[in-house]
Amino acid sequence: MSEPIKEKPTEKKSGFFQNLKKGLSKTRNSLAGGIDNLVHGKATLGPELVDEIEEALLVADVGVKTTQFIVDELKRQIAEARIRDREGMLNHLRQMMAQLLNKNQKHWDYSAHSPFVILVIGVNGSGKTTTIGKLAQRWHNEGKKVLLAAGDTFRAAAAEQLQMWADRIGIPCIRQISGADPSAVAFDGIQAAVARKMDIVIIDTAGRLQTNLNLMEELKKVKRVIGKVVPGAPHETLLVLDATIGQNSISQAKQFHEAMDIDGLVMTKLDGTSKGGVLLNISQEMDLPIRFVGIGEKSEDLQEFQAEDFVQALFEE
Amino acid sequence: MFDNLSNRLEAIYKKLKGRGKLKEADVDEALREIRVALIEADVSLPVIKDFLAGVREKSIGHEVLKSLTPGHQMVKIVNDELEQLLGGEVSDIKFSDKPPTIIMMVGLQGAGKTTTVGKLAKKFKRDGKNCLLVPADVYRPAAIEQLNVLGRDLGIDVYQAGDNKDPVSICAKAIKQARDEMRTVVILDTAGRQHIDEALMDEIKAIKKKIEPHEVLFVADSMMGQEAVNVSKAFHDAVGINGVVLTKMDGDARGGAALSIKSVTGQPIKFIGTGEKLEALEPFHPDRIVSRILGMGDVMTLVDKAQDTFELEQQEELEKKLKKNSFDLEDFRNQLQQIRKMGSIQDLLNMVPGAGKMMKGIKVDDGAFVRIEAIIGSMTQYERSHHNVINGSRKKRIANGSGTTVSEINKLMKQFSQMKKMMKKMSSGNSRGFNLGGLMGGRGGMSPF
Repeated sequence: MSEPIKEKPTEKKSGFFQNLKKGLSKTRNSLAGGIDNLVHGKATLGPELVDEIEEALLVADVGVKTTQFIVDELKRQIAEARIRDREGMLNHLRQMMAQLLNKNQKHWDYSAHSPFVILVIGVNGSGKTTTIGKLAQRWHNEGKKVLLAAGDTFRAAAAEQLQMWADRIGIPCIRQISGADPSAVAFDGIQAAVARKMDIVIIDTAGRLQTNLNLMEELKKVKRVIGKVVPGAPHETLLVLDATIGQNSISQAKQFHEAMDIDGLVMTKLDGTSKGGVLLNISQEMDLPIRFVGIGEKSEDLQEFQAEDFVQALFEE
Repeated sequence: MFDNLSNRLEAIYKKLKGRGKLKEADVDEALREIRVALIEADVSLPVIKDFLAGVREKSIGHEVLKSLTPGHQMVKIVNDELEQLLGGEVSDIKFSDKPPTIIMMVGLQGAGKTTTVGKLAKKFKRDGKNCLLVPADVYRPAAIEQLNVLGRDLGIDVYQAGDNKDPVSICAKAIKQARDEMRTVVILDTAGRQHIDEALMDEIKAIKKKIEPHEVLFVADSMMGQEAVNVSKAFHDAVGINGVVLTKMDGDARGGAALSIKSVTGQPIKFIGTGEKLEALEPFHPDRIVSRILGMGDVMTLVDKAQDTFELEQQEELEKKLKKNSFDLEDFRNQLQQIRKMGSIQDLLNMVPGAGKMMKGIKVDDGAFVRIEAIIGSMTQYERSHHNVINGSRKKRIANGSGTTVSEINKLMKQFSQMKKMMKKMSSGNSRGFNLGGLMGGRGGMSPF
């Protein structure tokens, strides 16, 4: 089971910033170009400019409602602050978007509990297992003792996938046979973590669509069982969202939150051309901090979310 | 959660209804609403623009303006145009005259390629094909193992590459082996990749060039957002896809990506993935997804779902009982359980045209069903088949046993009696189509119990 895994033959070395900039360049260009249309000398947005901002946001998956909100808010602020120049308007737009993304951000202290129990959930193919591998690597490098529990007992070879991550990092992974009760795996994992005095335990779960009631019930049970082993756990329930998904991410966030009371979001696959603008929408409607963003294949490509970076990368020339 | 297009168009329709003639401005207003609905359904913006330009031309040209019912006419145009765009015919895999037919799967990470390989293989096996599955994903941990497990479960052979870590050579060798073994179908499962990852895109180009597959299937997540255009274009430009599989269609995404992909690549959507199980692969029906994109309900899928869930034998038995009018509480409970197997009531209702609007803002409580089942579960067998014997003291006992109240039991008994009356009427007429019609209607004008 420990066959060597080839890193993908990629040459990308750019960081969060660079990557975002690259990915967002189209948006940025159309915005930057459009802003010259600001009706000269008047503190109002011209209709063409509104159209352009609107379009740029829509193409980034921001969604109709939030786009409308941003544009209306921008109009209001421009009139109020009597902004007449391009720079000033850009600043306002930038600040507003960062504010929106930042409003739910809160500090996260994963040494507050020992073991700190993290439950990772999401739809199929969103990148849960990969995210867990990367998080484990990150905390292992920080000197934390991390244990993984392979709670995806449904998909073929999902446990093997997590095991290979664990082997690669050199940390323990608790698993059971395929088809086992995921709650039982979580139970075992946490017990092992308590016995071995681990700092962090991360529990994987099978991907499931938020509309599948039975599977959502299964997930609730996993959470209940975890709470029985360590009262107050899971200390963090993370929902993994895929940046390539459009407006359905909102439905995912809402329904998973309703069932599982999630604590934070991770957005994966921002290394493609998808812009993940749906985060603005989710931030506006829900009170959920965005913890990490995945911007590449490698472990270090999972980075802490910085709203300012995200927005700045969106606007920088 | 979405304001659906039918609501919006109905509002516009009402406004337009009284008018003998439409002005261009009226058409434009309707088009704006359609645009919003399409964006919410995740259709890519450039695709929407082209699409609306077409609709506008048709509408303003003559059809709508001259029509007596312009609003209605416009919905029809939108619907027809969408159906036309998504391709009329249902298309299947084309098998080569010279076996093996080679099928190559490509797509982004997490789209569902490996699962789809399993589903296709299962279908082919059922059709009597002799398949070989080829794991060419040497990057993702345990991807090869995943295909091996699927092959084992299905009883289908999986090519063993050993230490070979070169996807191109794995595929070439597997094809050679398949020829030697006289296989009829080979499915290549390539690694998921970002469409802007040049090195990996070159890799699938190399595989395609070397192998010359008969079918290149692009596996795409039906929940994809605005980038569906860029992603599918990149894959199509690189390897020339000739079919699409849309996955995760059992969720509540509106599936606008289907429109984006189809209009960019021009290639037919051949299958849709509709569930976790390996049999959950269905042919694509353009008309159904159109109503889904427009948020207009999906009766056909509802009917299919009902057919899948309700077992034939039980159904026949039920029909007999209905004819004899001996339908009892036990049967009622069975029916409820069957309906619940189809998914949440809210989802089912959303598939019923018009119900979406009627039920707007009302949350159906699936728990009501649980309570009814509990109530019936707390009855004795005799009580279930003779509901008339249930008197006050029996009700108290049942309420205690099921953790409900006597008034809830009264409500249930009343509904059951009404239902029986209605069934009696129905059984004298057409007994087919009873399931949903009978039960849903029996729920007293949609009041969630």
